[in-house]
This record gives sequence, C-alpha cells and structure tokens, in this order.
Amino acid sequence: MTQQDILAGLAEIVNEIAGIETSEVELDKSFIDDLDLDSLTMVEVATSAEDKFGVRIPDENLKDLKTVRDAVDFIEKAGVAA
Amino acid sequence: MAAADSRTAPRPAGAGEEIVVTGIGALTPIGSDAPSMWQGLLAAANGARSLPDWPDDVPVKFAAQLSDEAEAKLNAEIPPHQRRKLDRVQQVALVAAREAWADAGTPEIDPERLGVCVTSGIGGLTTILTQHDTMRERGAARVSPHTVPMLMPNGPGAAVGLELKARAGVHVPVSACASGSEALAFALDMIRAGRADVVVAGGAEAVIHPLPIAAFASMRALSTRNDEPSAASRPYDKARDGFVMGEGAGILVLERESDARARGAKIYGVLAGAGMTSDAHDVVAPEPTGAGAARALAAALRDAGLDPADIAHINAHATSTPQGDVAEALAMRRALGSAMDAVVVSATKGCTGHLLGAAGAVEAIATLLALRDRLAPPTRNLDDPDDAVDIDVARLDPRPLRSGPLAAASNSFGFGGHNVSLAFRSA
Repeated sequence: MTQQDILAGLAEIVNEIAGIETSEVELDKSFIDDLDLDSLTMVEVATSAEDKFGVRIPDENLKDLKTVRDAVDFIEKAGVAA
Repeated sequence: MAAADSRTAPRPAGAGEEIVVTGIGALTPIGSDAPSMWQGLLAAANGARSLPDWPDDVPVKFAAQLSDEAEAKLNAEIPPHQRRKLDRVQQVALVAAREAWADAGTPEIDPERLGVCVTSGIGGLTTILTQHDTMRERGAARVSPHTVPMLMPNGPGAAVGLELKARAGVHVPVSACASGSEALAFALDMIRAGRADVVVAGGAEAVIHPLPIAAFASMRALSTRNDEPSAASRPYDKARDGFVMGEGAGILVLERESDARARGAKIYGVLAGAGMTSDAHDVVAPEPTGAGAARALAAALRDAGLDPADIAHINAHATSTPQGDVAEALAMRRALGSAMDAVVVSATKGCTGHLLGAAGAVEAIATLLALRDRLAPPTRNLDDPDDAVDIDVARLDPRPLRSGPLAAASNSFGFGGHNVSLAFRSA
C-alpha cells in the first residue's frame, strides 16, 4: 500500500469520525492543533485505522502520532512488518 | 502575578447586590427556543405524543419528546460527528446554552471568572444502554472510547463548560427532578461568594428510551393514558394518573445586577433567593403534609428578603401525580398562610410534561417571563380541580398578575426527598 493510499484511507476515517473534509487531512497537519481532534477522538481514529489497515497501534505509539505524516509513516511500517 | 491574583481573588457580592438573569435558552417539547416555549405555555400547547416503534410490553407508549422544530434545531446545531461523542442530554444542554449565551449578548468575560452549573437528573443513560447493546452484539472491542464522558452525570455541565471555556468551576448538583433548580441555587451561591462573575446554569434531560419508561412505569409514577397522550399530563385535575416523561433543556445566564447594568445587558429579572431542604421521609413518596417542601419555600423567601404577601405567582412542581400535587398544595399553603389566597399558581408540566432534571430550569424561565409579562400561564388539562387542592390555579387562559412590584417562586422536588424553591423578583 502506497503512502497516498494510506493518506486517502486515513482521511476517510477522520472525515467519518470528526466531520473534517478529506482535503483538509494533509501530511503536515497536527491532529490536535490543526484538525482539532480531542484525545478520545484520536483513540477512535486509531481503532478505525487498525481495522482498515490491518495493523496494531499500541498506546505507547499512539501518543507519538502527532501529525498525519506520523500516522501514515507508522501504518506503512507496521503494514510491512505484518 | 499581582494581576492574576486580583483577577482570581473572590469578589463577593456586596450587601443588597442583586443577582440577575440576563440570558435564557430552552429546547423543549413545545418549542425550539425560550420565546416559542413561552408562547406555547400561554397558549396551553401540548407537548406529549405517542412513541413510534415502541415495544409492545412497555405499558406506557407516549412521552413529551422534543417538538419537530426543536429536533430540527438540534440536528442542525449538532453535526453527526459531534453526536458520536455527545449523549443526547449533552446535546440538548449545549443547544440551550448557546441560545442563552447569545441572548445574554455573549458577555466578554475572563474565563477564570465564568462558572457553569448545568446538571441533569439521570445523565447519559441512553449511552449506557446503547453501548451495552454494542458490547453484547459486537464485542467489548467495539465499545466507543467516548462512552465514559457521555454517560457520566457531569457530562452536560462538562460539555457546556468546555464549549464556553468556563474556568471558575463547573458544578453539577444532582437531586433527581430538583436538579435544575438546585443548579440555579448553586449558581446564585457561586456569584454571592465571589467565586465567579457570570454563571451559566440550568438542567437538561433526554432519557426517552424503553428502559427508563418501563422503570418509571413499574413504580407506577407515569400516566398510562395511551389513547390520549395530549390529555395525560393534568396537574391538580381529579383524573390525573401520573406524570408524562419529557425531554429537553433550560439554561440561564446569571450575573450581578451592577455588572449587567454596566454592560447594558437586558435583564429578565432577579434570582432573589433559594431554599433547599430534604424530607428524610421515604425514598420517593412526598412527605404527606408538605412540611419539608414548605420549609424550602419559606427559606427561599427568607433568603430573598420577601414576605409571603409579596408573592404574586408560583410555578408549581405539580407533576400530575395523585400524591405529589396534593402534598405540594399543602406545602404552599403551609409556607405562605393566608397570603396564599392572593397567589396565582401555574403548573406548566400540563404542557411540557416532566423534564426531570431540566424541569426546574425550564420553569425558572417560565417564572421570569410570567413576571416580565405580568401573566401566569394556564394549566393545560385542568378541567376538574381536585377538591383537596385549596389554592388558586390558573386554568384555561393566562391570568394577569397584580400591579406594582412583583415577586414569584418556583418549586422543584426530587426522588430522594429533595425540596428546592427559588424566589424571583421582577427587574
């Protein structure tokens, strides 16, 4: 799965859960500061991403996923590992 | 540091300083905002209707749901992604709070001087029930991470505090159906004690779901007039057979009169005093002589510096239960004595149904608007008054209140033996 595919999939999740336009979900944006997600919404996004991409996002990694790019990179690496 | 210290230091209300209401908001079975609720009350409008898709074995098949206009407003103001993380009780609280805050002119205030006292009687019960369904049907991993902040009893207060950025304190006194009034009493204390300059206060409730309806029906608290919901809520009427569960929210903005005048805010009236007692008699049945409720009403008047003869109007708790309505009538008579002869009582639950933890707040708004317009709203469905009720209740049409300065009271009682009365003066 390419970075573009992961970004598009993640944008769909953020759109469904937080009502943010998919075009707003860009690599350099911060989930909390730019996209205005709260802490529990991040948990919900992570759970949905686990289902969609077939990866595990442990709590200790979730706290480091500050930007969309962080999440895309993590999912890409975790997907390869799986 | 000095600036921060002076900013957060208590600023108690001075002697004789009144606490006034400068904003109101209501989302109810008879209207999408406070003005439409008031017009509905004056017209004795009906808020109760049959429930669609209702389980056959739940014996009560109707309730006072939000009006279509109120439901449409809720859907417009709370988009789908916010509904995932806000229980319906938090949603109705937010919509009413936004109305009240805008109505108050969105006061510019240091967040550390803004407080919130917004409560409910039951909290996010439908979240508990639907998430339990999710867990049983799809497994524990599917339980939403938002479940706890949606079900917690302080959820409505927390949601309003977060939206308005209130940092003086968020308080959520829970006393079943007296909760909304108790929240207003706490708000009054908060400003008097100098802990806040502005407090957004009130109550919300949204538990129209088969389980709570079945539970209230099991305790024989609800009307079972399934064939005629519009005639079911009939306070003080001989044929009353229980209350009608309602949903919605009422929110008020309180501040010192001097602050309100300084910023040129409109003033609905004065929250002049509060009285709170407990019966310690039975977990749900009212103390039959009304002694505890009478003490609350007398305490509210004393706190407000009012004499019984000053009271022109009372918005009664009167839920349309056989026992409760009589006990409250006795309580009012006991507290006010012969001055009760000159009081026009309204029981607005005939229109709205019983909004449980929101009732006191919605009825505080009705009481303030009655003072403003000098009109006591009619009591819907009061066709044949109970002989045991020796008070003057407004029936078919709005009743004009006396001339001169006006004062009024509103009563709320809750399962658990809670009695709360609020006293108001015209602006």
